[in-house]
Amino acid sequence: MAPAALFTALCRVGDDRLILGHRTSEWCGHAPILEEDIALANIALDLIGQATLVLQYASAVEGAGRTEDALAYFREAVEFRNAMLCELPRGDFGVTTVRQFLHGVFSVLQWDALSRSVDPTISGIAAKALKESRYHVRHAGEWVIRLGDGTAESHARTQAAVDALWPYTGELFMQPTDEADLVAGGLTADVSLLAPAWQQQVRDVLARATLQVPGDGWMHRGGRDGRHTEHLGHLLAEMQIVARSHPGAQW
Amino acid sequence: MIRALSRDEVLAILEDVKDPEVPVLSVVELGVVRDAAIDGSGHVTVTVTPTYSGCPAMRHIEELICEALQLRGANGVTVRTVFTPAWTTDWMPEAARAKLEAYGIAPPGRAASGDAPDDALVPLRRAGAGPRCPFCKSPNTQLRSDFGSTACKALWVCTACTQPFEAFKAI
Repeated sequence: MAPAALFTALCRVGDDRLILGHRTSEWCGHAPILEEDIALANIALDLIGQATLVLQYASAVEGAGRTEDALAYFREAVEFRNAMLCELPRGDFGVTTVRQFLHGVFSVLQWDALSRSVDPTISGIAAKALKESRYHVRHAGEWVIRLGDGTAESHARTQAAVDALWPYTGELFMQPTDEADLVAGGLTADVSLLAPAWQQQVRDVLARATLQVPGDGWMHRGGRDGRHTEHLGHLLAEMQIVARSHPGAQW
Repeated sequence: MIRALSRDEVLAILEDVKDPEVPVLSVVELGVVRDAAIDGSGHVTVTVTPTYSGCPAMRHIEELICEALQLRGANGVTVRTVFTPAWTTDWMPEAARAKLEAYGIAPPGRAASGDAPDDALVPLRRAGAGPRCPFCKSPNTQLRSDFGSTACKALWVCTACTQPFEAFKAI
């Protein structure tokens, strides 16, 4: 098995959680109510914890002496492999809630599939993360229903969030061709197979939230190969500034 | 060094190492410590599993484990982390649950039966009763927030005595 292919595959899994975790952490001190401030900070912590475990393993697979911190703080935007959905600005509480839900359902399905990996490190991390992600989806799903089926204002904002984010969901299920050997060997999962289950739960919750599912039109792609929106660079500038300004600093 | 610690002695020492965020529970009762092995030289290897992937207390817990064992005669300590089987609150013994409640934290329900049977991938509606109030023991409690002051807890409120309280998430 080519370590380079596995390294890239692990970065795709880890970077989704790292970048989404950072975006979620931006709410700390800014959420509309105290309980949600605490919830979003907790979710961010879980996501960054999951990213740490996956990138630690990516570091070991690469064997180049780059730790998980080096991967997080010293890679350029073109080296990140997260789906673009994760890097979009946090927007209002509706955008954040809808994104947590859309990515969260994907996350549950991906961790579930990876929990059957023949690689015991991958399956162990996935089985653990799956429990956390299920909890996140339940939380986000309840909020989607509350906001969508809420006031005219919350409905309009949540519908706008669904419409804006939907074209970024297709990328989650585009299986990268360079992972064919990994999937055949049972190490990683084919994300294209997860789409039907995702559609089912997402459509069910959106219907209960009285929200319209946008038509499946153009879907953005590029993040899995390092082609990102302009937002990732700005996010990394903030996320990486301390580590880059004070290399080797301990705190 | 007169003799190496036995496995039982190591586990007894670890019963004195408390979770820094829930100081009424030991790291053994919490289920973080999975095993301990001692080699001929008295070196102790403790196997741990993290509670939550991002739990910020884990590193501190490892330091506390090393410190406690070295003070009590271990000839070096290695902490080994495993992820399988994934940590669950179902491992928590009844005695530990009682201690949690006495401390003012509602103990976790059964993780396996926490969700309603539902065709959905992740059932959104919760089934069954919530935790009883750890103060007045009333079963009439309401979830205030899915998340609390630490990764392992949620925020509830008792509708009988109006006391807000934390409950261990069943996971």
